[in-house]
Amino acid sequence: MSIDPGTLAPLAVTLKSLTDPDFWVSVGVLAGIYAIVALGLQLNTGFTGIVNFGMAAFMAIGAYAMAILVLKAGFSFWLALPCAAGASMLFGVIVGLPSLRLRADYFAIATIAMAEVVRLFAQNARDLTGGNEGLFCDLDNPSNCYPDAWNDISESIDDFISNFWSDPPTLLPLLIVIWVVVGLATLVLVRLQRMPWGRVLRAIREDEDAAQALGKNTLAFKLQSLAIAALLGSIAGFFLALDLRTVHPLDFEPLVTFFAFSVLILGGMGSYRGVAVGAVLFWFVLEGTRFIDLPDPPFTETRIAAVRLAITGLLLIGLMAFRPQGLFGKREEMVLGD
Amino acid sequence: MAEPVPSAIGERVKESLRRPWVGAVLVIAAIFLALVISHGLHNVAQTGLNGLSLGAIYALGAVGLTLVYGILRLVNFAHGDFLTFGAYMAYLVNVTWGMPLVIGVFWAMAATAVLGLLFERVLWGPMRAKHAGFLQLILMSIGLAFLLRAIIQWFWSTDIRVLDVDTTSTVDFLGLRIGQTQLIVVIVGVAVIIAIGLMLRLTLLGKQMRALSDDLELAETAGIDTRRVINYTWIFAGALAGLAGVLAAATTNLRPEMGFELLLPIFAAVILGGIGDAFGALAAGMVIGVMTEWSTLVIDARWKTAVGFIVLVAVLIVRPQGIFGKAKAI
Repeated sequence: MSIDPGTLAPLAVTLKSLTDPDFWVSVGVLAGIYAIVALGLQLNTGFTGIVNFGMAAFMAIGAYAMAILVLKAGFSFWLALPCAAGASMLFGVIVGLPSLRLRADYFAIATIAMAEVVRLFAQNARDLTGGNEGLFCDLDNPSNCYPDAWNDISESIDDFISNFWSDPPTLLPLLIVIWVVVGLATLVLVRLQRMPWGRVLRAIREDEDAAQALGKNTLAFKLQSLAIAALLGSIAGFFLALDLRTVHPLDFEPLVTFFAFSVLILGGMGSYRGVAVGAVLFWFVLEGTRFIDLPDPPFTETRIAAVRLAITGLLLIGLMAFRPQGLFGKREEMVLGD
Repeated sequence: MAEPVPSAIGERVKESLRRPWVGAVLVIAAIFLALVISHGLHNVAQTGLNGLSLGAIYALGAVGLTLVYGILRLVNFAHGDFLTFGAYMAYLVNVTWGMPLVIGVFWAMAATAVLGLLFERVLWGPMRAKHAGFLQLILMSIGLAFLLRAIIQWFWSTDIRVLDVDTTSTVDFLGLRIGQTQLIVVIVGVAVIIAIGLMLRLTLLGKQMRALSDDLELAETAGIDTRRVINYTWIFAGALAGLAGVLAAATTNLRPEMGFELLLPIFAAVILGGIGDAFGALAAGMVIGVMTEWSTLVIDARWKTAVGFIVLVAVLIVRPQGIFGKAKAI
């Protein structure tokens, strides 16, 4: 899997870097972004029983819509934000309407195919998306980058922090904002789950026919679940763009969705609170391979990328074989029925 | 008496239109005619011919995937990486050890079949015994896909590699031109799939495979040695995936992600052909391959990879049981 080389550049640091704030900020930012994605997956897969393999598409639409609206359509940052989220949710509904009627395995395949169509579109519709050049700043006017409004916010947070921390890491403001969003989203989802609405979702997961027999429009509930996941995905995609400082098709490969699934399973099925823990654990290990100074040879850059891929693969295999409910999930919540 | 006749014919036409494969043939014929009118017969025939070698690769990959899906109810996302594994095994023999590609093909098929058996023994068999659910199995197969790709990337890096094949010779006939390697790919692919399809229809093993595909537990009760049949299923799936991988590598190149990229069009062929149906997979794989190349007449070639995905999504929405399948619980 080709991962954006920018995210893979090995840093010449030793094991000592585990005390380096940059390492922890980097872990925290990625963990927060993937916690948001995994919260959406928890709602879909953990609580509604729909196996959504297309989160990468929602992330891509969120990130690209922001960049295109601000750079090409001249929207203000604060107007573009809800429009981008809305675009992603609308896409979720359009995709969900025909495909949510399908059996679980077909739905999974349909969503991954749909995500690949979005990524190919981003790669090939060069006039709109910049293709493989990526999209972040206006090419004709490089000083005009889309998150200018974000930079202002970031600076004001920086100013505030510098009152008691003289030289904070660059990404600290992003880290704080992301985790505030993670916290809020977790609170809202936990509340929703306790409401009648959340109980209907669980009824659908347990037995869709029974829920239908009770007069529930299960398709509408499943669409709502998917749309909320699309909203969370678009926010995460936007944050990922701020972290990587680009919007590039390769950042939205199917692998991204399965990183989020690893986070979800690690944290535990049917546990919103476990998601944050799973995200930090997962990215601690994955970023660890980047920050620990491994000897080259044999650890070339592509081999370290291979190690990260192998860790993700082994984690999925091992958890599914021995602890499918994850670290904090309840076994009875893990509905895997056939 | 003159009046009922046309309506009877009309009924018959309506009746046959209800048969989905007739509908599929009509759709393809309509696309073919539209393209011939707008781009000329020669262009359509030439791109269609190019599509056949791609279609043969899709079809070979799809046969193994459809057998495993039908018999074991396993949506094997690692199947694409079986193709990659086969391709690199052939590279090992053909380029690293400098032996003829034919030996590489047999080695790749054997090695990938062993790989399939190995994972059945250590993963899928034990997981079936535990009554693992669909989500557990599907995520496990994705984990396996990543693991296989990681191993390949560790040993062969992400550099683009090529097999030692003749890429320049072409064969001309009827004013059309096809690369010699492409032609071999088409012939080998079609011959192997027809052989497998006949085996499934005519031999006892094939009958047993279809029995398992209908109901595994019932087949076991009926005294079929299900373990043996499942092992054969993996041998076929692995060997055909290995062959498809080598053919894909021979016509293009080798990259660690090649198999995962082929996986979605292969899934499209599996679903279009009807799960568990080897002949369906052959036909559907060929159709998707040809459609992919035809698309280059109408749109820029860089969009052609999207054709497989779009066919997949369209089939799932319009007719998820495939052209030949029956509407069951879908």
